[in-house]
Amino acid sequence: MKTIEDLKRLREQLKSQNNVRHEGGIQVIVGMGTCGIAAGARQVMTAILDEVAKRQLQTVKVGQTGCIGMCEKEVLVDVVRPGEPRITYGRVTPADVPRIIADHVVNGRIVDELAVGKIV
Amino acid sequence: MRELSLHILDLVQNALEAGATLVKLEIIENFAADVLTIRMSDNGRGMDEQLRQLVIDPFITTRTTRRIGLGLPLMDMSSKRCGGYLTIDSTPGRGTIVEVKYQHSHLDRPPMGNLVETIKTILVANPALDFIYHHTIDDKTFSISSQELVDTLDGVPLTHPDILTWLHGFLLENISNLYGGVNI
Repeated sequence: MKTIEDLKRLREQLKSQNNVRHEGGIQVIVGMGTCGIAAGARQVMTAILDEVAKRQLQTVKVGQTGCIGMCEKEVLVDVVRPGEPRITYGRVTPADVPRIIADHVVNGRIVDELAVGKIV
Repeated sequence: MRELSLHILDLVQNALEAGATLVKLEIIENFAADVLTIRMSDNGRGMDEQLRQLVIDPFITTRTTRRIGLGLPLMDMSSKRCGGYLTIDSTPGRGTIVEVKYQHSHLDRPPMGNLVETIKTILVANPALDFIYHHTIDDKTFSISSQELVDTLDGVPLTHPDILTWLHGFLLENISNLYGGVNI
């Protein structure tokens, strides 16, 4: 069974490969109020974390927030790239996540069909 | 909500919105006594007696973005339906403890659901939160805290892809071990 000791070894391995980056900082934020959770926010969060792991995205920070008042458009996911407008995606399903990550987070192209708002 | 683990996620969001920096989640499953207890304690701003009595009412919420708050009322309702209850103990300026009990074997009791994803979400999406998870099933116990992870990682972020993969496996193995090694 995996233990904290394994984590120590993994940490040493990553550090010795100099394989740890902190800069950059693209944020992906999932709405996790009661409305978001009921609409499937946890599954969307899981899909995002899976995609981050699969694509080895080291500079992405994943966060959660509460209800912002657009409950009917949950699950809401915000993508914030440094120096660019904050984009809110609505009615996001786990199936939409690979596209949002590939097009917007990685390549900087907003997925227009899913976007519901932009904060400059 | 269909899963207790989704209610747990909801309780954590409540604590965060109350300004909590420390959240402790205890799950105690006692098969002999046929009781499942979920207790969540936070160090948020707490509630006065008047608000504490009102939060079970769906038309009471501290939010300004909408006028109806369903999180606590839904959990209160589901526990009562299953021979249990929900209690709230709160001290302004000190924090809140929400305790929910269910008859473990009750047919209407929602399943625990995907606890692995719930715990992973809480840990990864809230790096500033000090989160403690303590789960007991009869004589087996599993505990993990964000402090323990942060100390061990020594500067490596929890969102590092390889760490995420490790964390998933770690939670999955340890939590399913609590349930006797079954697939969860």
